[in-house]
Amino acid sequence: MERHLQPDLPDVAAPERRKKRSKAPFGLAAPALLWLLVLFVVPMIAMLSLSLQTGNSLEGFRQTFRFANFTDALSQNGPFVVRSLRNAAIVTGIALLLAYPVAYWIAFYGGRFKNVFLFLLLLPFFISFVIRTVAWSFILSDNGIVLGTLKNIGLLPESYRVLGTTFAVIAGITYNLLPFTILPLYVSLEQIDHRLVEAARDLYASKTKAFTKVVLPLSMPGVFAAVLLTSIPAIGDYVNASVLGGPGTTMIGNVIQSEFLRDRNYPEAAALAFVLMAIMLVGAVIYARVLGTSRITEA
Amino acid sequence: MNDRSPWTDPSWIRGMTQRRMSRRDLIRNAAVGAGAIGISSILAACGVSGEAQTTGPTAGEEGSTQWWADMKAQGPGDHINFTNWPAYIDRDFSIDGPGSRPSLYEFTKATGIDVTYRADINSNEEFYAAIRPALESGQDTGHDIIVMSNFQELAEMIALGYLIELDPELHPNFDQYAGPNFVDPVYDPGNKYTMAWQSGITGIGYNTKYVDEPVTSLDDLLNPKYAGHVAMFNNSPDAGCSAMLHLGIDPETSTPDDWQKAADYLQTFNDSGGLRGWMDQAYLTAIENEDLWITMAWSGDILNDKLYFPEYATFEFTVPDAGAVIFIDNGCIPNKAANPVGAEMLMDWYYDPTYAAMLTEWNAYFTPVPAGGKIVQADAASAKGADKEVLQTIANSPYVFPDAEFAKKLHNYRVLEGDEIQTWNDIFNPIFLT
Repeated sequence: MERHLQPDLPDVAAPERRKKRSKAPFGLAAPALLWLLVLFVVPMIAMLSLSLQTGNSLEGFRQTFRFANFTDALSQNGPFVVRSLRNAAIVTGIALLLAYPVAYWIAFYGGRFKNVFLFLLLLPFFISFVIRTVAWSFILSDNGIVLGTLKNIGLLPESYRVLGTTFAVIAGITYNLLPFTILPLYVSLEQIDHRLVEAARDLYASKTKAFTKVVLPLSMPGVFAAVLLTSIPAIGDYVNASVLGGPGTTMIGNVIQSEFLRDRNYPEAAALAFVLMAIMLVGAVIYARVLGTSRITEA
Repeated sequence: MNDRSPWTDPSWIRGMTQRRMSRRDLIRNAAVGAGAIGISSILAACGVSGEAQTTGPTAGEEGSTQWWADMKAQGPGDHINFTNWPAYIDRDFSIDGPGSRPSLYEFTKATGIDVTYRADINSNEEFYAAIRPALESGQDTGHDIIVMSNFQELAEMIALGYLIELDPELHPNFDQYAGPNFVDPVYDPGNKYTMAWQSGITGIGYNTKYVDEPVTSLDDLLNPKYAGHVAMFNNSPDAGCSAMLHLGIDPETSTPDDWQKAADYLQTFNDSGGLRGWMDQAYLTAIENEDLWITMAWSGDILNDKLYFPEYATFEFTVPDAGAVIFIDNGCIPNKAANPVGAEMLMDWYYDPTYAAMLTEWNAYFTPVPAGGKIVQADAASAKGADKEVLQTIANSPYVFPDAEFAKKLHNYRVLEGDEIQTWNDIFNPIFLT
């Protein structure tokens, strides 16, 4: 059981040892690479193949390399793509505004209860998000505990509703993604050295100045990650729109779901999924370029 | 030998009490995790074949005489997974446990076969899409009995050979008691694959608490007074055929031009701004929550709520003056079902007039068993107290026992063949996505 607390220090041969490249890293990466290959690359290829096929669910689908599936998918669903991007932008904006103070408070004032607060943030995740969303549809129903009460005391007109509106969809997505916004913000805020803020104050910066000149810039990597982690799932979301939405709130995720589950038009659904993925990838790359690629890894 | 087991080696304890992840890992893992979830859901529907079968099962195959003989020799097993639509089987809420579904409990008592009953089907399209991958790859779907409407999905399952051909010897009650409308239907000649469970009308349901004007037409759903509290069905047979009837077109003989007219009419619901949603079975919860005031509805859902639940006593069901379509929901056995013998026995069980009557007295749908209907009538005449009122309402309702005059208002769906399916879907399906 006797063990060295300090690793053996390298002896004189150390520099030469470095030249011998160990194969161990490749061995260690192998499970992850295999995982990616089997669960990511192979399905992507299958999807790509599917997206170029033609046929129908009764007669089967055949590979015809019909690239027009892609242009069809985009031209027929432009408004839904635009709506999804718009919703995602609104969701990300609201989520950032809500999340920043929370993350800031936990990081700076959480003290020894930081982990408790983080646990509380993650607690709802122990329940499937579909179930949580359905629960909202009960809570927000026209005569449910919230709206029903407000209507009874006369604060809302009888016909007022939340469900089936764009507001409900955006609120639902924001609610579901909020922890994804808070966590990266918290991680970068928690890293900030408080003495920097003190130094700024010593140099006669106002509280606001200290925040805008010191804290905010240092937390930008977190903001960057939060935007990506919030906006990408928001664009593809379909659960909130189908549970909390109504006519006029259909998002591109709902169209893909419907192509798969109602029309059983698998090629068009696959093509649409690829188009959506391409849009998100391009968006993320441009975004990373503008804000500096190094920041992803800094966070 | 090895004293460095995780339980004794302190380095393990130290490792386990250290920070789990670096900040970088957290984000990386979160991103990978999010990606994996998105992709796995799509994967489920990937890689698709389909080939219409023209012949029945060959010797020894699932559904053949030889196969059935082997299955019957093995016996009916001791368990059945029965998956149905909500509000479709008799309930006794005073009993907790298996007895709470009385007719099903009788089956278990008589045969010793335990039944796991799930009211999981909310839409033909989505349920079929969910089990299709298993059927396509020749695997057990986990369901021994499923109930599908006489729509495209059932037709496709029959065409692709996804259902087990029934054994004619296992349905004596069906042979004896099935009503003429349910024997040899157009969608399943000779009842090779299906036996009707129940049948009903696609009409209009409303809550008189909010709807005080008479309801006679689909146009009443466009009344601005009810804006925001109106729903329509999101399946094209119900929405499309109801719209055609509204426009004076008989769906059975309709042409693609008629479909386009119906689609244009349905589009007015999108344009009205008053529609709450294009819904599947979820409409029932929505009207129960009073989110909906007036909606397209299936007859028995509304009547059962109205008659058996005091809180829904203000519900009404009606059929538009222009007429309505009748659906038939069919019990069938998907390929590779674990207990096909028990499944067919159970489907046939409900053709015993006693149990057919128990079903209809509860769910207020058309029974495929005329002799069962007679029992409902007799029970209504002899019942006492509160039961009498409920049973008499059912026995006298044209929506459960239509007379010849009322039956003229009821129509069949359009049977789609070949290229018509694609044309139909292209016309109607975009309406449901707005």
